[in-house]
Amino acid sequence: MKAKLVRSISQARFPLAKPTWPASLPRPAPKRRVGLDYDTAWARRYPARLVRAAVTDFISSPLTQLVAPSTIVGASSLERLEGPLIFAANHNSHFDTAVLLSAIPAKFRHRLIVAAASDYFFDTTVKSTVVSLVLGAIPIERSKVSRRSAHAALELLEDDWSVLIYPEGGRSADGWMQEFKGGAAYLSVRTGAPVIPIWLEGTGRLLPKAPTAKGSAPGGSGSESSRTATLRRRPVSVTFGQPVRPSEGDDARKMGVRIEDAVALLGREVATDYYRARRDPDRALTYGPEASTWRRAWAKPPAISVAERHPRDSWPD
Amino acid sequence: MSPRPGFVLEVDKSTPPTLLWKGEGFGLQKLPTGSRIVYAPEPFDALEDPEGAIRRALEHPTGDAEPLSAQLRPGMSLTICFDDISLPLPPMEAPDIRQMVIEAVLDAAATAGVDDVVLIAALALHRRMTEPELRHALGSRVYDAFAPSGSLLQHDAEDPAALVHLGKTEHGEDVEINKRAAESDLLVYVNINLVAMDGGHKSVATGLASYKSLRHHHNPATMRHSKSFMDAPASELHTANWRMGRLIKDAGVKVFQIETTLNTNTFPESFQFLQKREWEWSLRDRLTYQATATALDKAPTKLARSIFHSIRSPHALRSVYAGEVEAVHANILTDVWDQQGVAVEGQTDIVTMGLPYISPYNVNSILNPILVACLGLGYFFNLYRGKPVVREGGVAILFHPTRPEFHPGHHPSYIDFFEQVLTETTDPVVMSEKFEHAFATDPWYRHLYRTGHAYHGVHPFYMWYWCCHALEHLGRVIIVGGDPATVRRLGFHPASTLDDALEIAADVVGPSPSLTHLHTPPLLMADVS
Repeated sequence: MKAKLVRSISQARFPLAKPTWPASLPRPAPKRRVGLDYDTAWARRYPARLVRAAVTDFISSPLTQLVAPSTIVGASSLERLEGPLIFAANHNSHFDTAVLLSAIPAKFRHRLIVAAASDYFFDTTVKSTVVSLVLGAIPIERSKVSRRSAHAALELLEDDWSVLIYPEGGRSADGWMQEFKGGAAYLSVRTGAPVIPIWLEGTGRLLPKAPTAKGSAPGGSGSESSRTATLRRRPVSVTFGQPVRPSEGDDARKMGVRIEDAVALLGREVATDYYRARRDPDRALTYGPEASTWRRAWAKPPAISVAERHPRDSWPD
Repeated sequence: MSPRPGFVLEVDKSTPPTLLWKGEGFGLQKLPTGSRIVYAPEPFDALEDPEGAIRRALEHPTGDAEPLSAQLRPGMSLTICFDDISLPLPPMEAPDIRQMVIEAVLDAAATAGVDDVVLIAALALHRRMTEPELRHALGSRVYDAFAPSGSLLQHDAEDPAALVHLGKTEHGEDVEINKRAAESDLLVYVNINLVAMDGGHKSVATGLASYKSLRHHHNPATMRHSKSFMDAPASELHTANWRMGRLIKDAGVKVFQIETTLNTNTFPESFQFLQKREWEWSLRDRLTYQATATALDKAPTKLARSIFHSIRSPHALRSVYAGEVEAVHANILTDVWDQQGVAVEGQTDIVTMGLPYISPYNVNSILNPILVACLGLGYFFNLYRGKPVVREGGVAILFHPTRPEFHPGHHPSYIDFFEQVLTETTDPVVMSEKFEHAFATDPWYRHLYRTGHAYHGVHPFYMWYWCCHALEHLGRVIIVGGDPATVRRLGFHPASTLDDALEIAADVVGPSPSLTHLHTPPLLMADVS
């Protein structure tokens, strides 16, 4: 029976099987609707949203808490806000989005899209489908504010979707913050949506960016130059800042500076304390020293251990 | 991506089977290696702002004509004539292009304060349209504004009181057209140019004419010299109509012609595979094909017919021109050929055609055997410019069930034509001399034409004359899948399969003939060099 079925399927002819292509006609390159062309509309329909909500709330958030126990600061200030919001965070690791999706309040999380690099996350149909479904991602061009990407995000903001964006345009290689690109500011100025600055600490050590071959020392060999990203259990912190709203007369450039300052301030706050961060706007605390690669890495504060972050209650000696 | 042009594919081992229409159904047919298939160009994009394009055409006319608004004034009489149910095919999704154009004309007339406005369906000798058909063509807003007061008319070619004789051409042809249209201060004609045959002077000179006038060009001699009637300069049918049109103009009838072209987006989303190239069928296309082909095969003919006739085509406006008849028509012809033209090199021994369920004369009706012949040999055969696709003395192979079925309400004289005329002769000249007058003047047919929804008594003759050029040109006509007795009655050869048909054709074209298949619909015009 089974063999008969397999035989009849393998012997099926057009139209049950695919048509053959006439030899005299050039075969066009298959249309790959990936990258910026990938249509993510399906992932914002209710069935996909339901799947995403279930995956986020019941699978990915508990797993994230297991791997990256997080301390969340300032989330309560979001509760009084109405959407849509633009969440702008520093970016150290692929794990950032998972951490943020577990930290952003549910009222925004379930109507949230994540701006993801079209060249990295949307380069194949499978990846595009997975990130659209699980993260609610939309493809954006990270090198510049492109009209297409911006238009897509604008439409979604106008349709009451909040947006999570990493204005650095990619993960930091060494954990220090990079200069921001203009996407978040542009969207905020165009729509009036407030930007919520976020500082993520610790995710870079949880799942660091793998070094590229280009970054290896010449002549390097052995485990160091072939190191790949591996997940290590580390505590993380997510600090939400006060909303940054576009003011009258703000253009995208001015707004961009305000957003970057707000995120940098949170970075300093995490590195020092609330008061010192404001008293002493030391650029090096967030952007790192202007020095060679190893000195920048050296200057990073040591990792906090899980034990430090969550000291176990113990009986007094 | 811009639409791809039509092209000719040479069949080899890798070519998938080709879609063939067979009336109220279709199938896939493997054509012999070395055959050619003429594929239609892909549909052009629709105009983004059709209403705007129509308004601009009315106010910026083509040729020696004033803008429509400048020709409208209070106290004048305005008659708006429009093409009937025969166009477009299949009937288009609402809003019909006639509705869009007529609403724009009426807006202008209302602004100018014109009170005396009459709408006339230019039927010629076609059947009267039903109320739902008129509502579909004009929209309910127009229908309800004119029908209740009797200002929406259907041309009656048999009402002496409603006709006026404008004179005779230099060839002695009577020009007798609708009186109201001729005597109005302005006659606006709203045309749909689905194929290159439509429009020009033919709109008024044929659409609003009487039998007395039509018989001068709807006859075997004219049709034999129309090579083809899709190519106006080579068409005696058009030459005669142009003579008449110029006489109409000289008689003082002021015509403001509005012509439109539609793209060839023929089938709705669910039937898109019918206009795609087979090797580009997606999984969905293949499954839809399999499901529909199987279901249609099993379904009773009546059900299959009603399914097909419920199809509304997503045709969209491609271009619109208004103004002086000949200048407007020249622009339209260019656009029609741009959309439908396919260069074909050289003629062939055999031409094959799958005939669909519809022709201009059986909308919401039955494609009876005479209309099968007309669709294949009148229309499809004539879809050429230069030379016919098939060589002189070659063979046409048509695919159609060709059942002896007739719609008694729409085609009463066809039944008698089939039983009385075709049993005696299939020669157009003989039948025109021996039978035409009796059918044309039969009081019962006239009564049914004037009061029911019947085609004029003479209409089946005209459909047969439509085949004249092909009948004279071809060595043999074979219908695959047709009812044998019916096919023989038509004077053709029945065959059960393509292989049988090729065997039958071998007597005429030899054992190794060249074969060209016209992959239409969507519509195409072969530019044969």
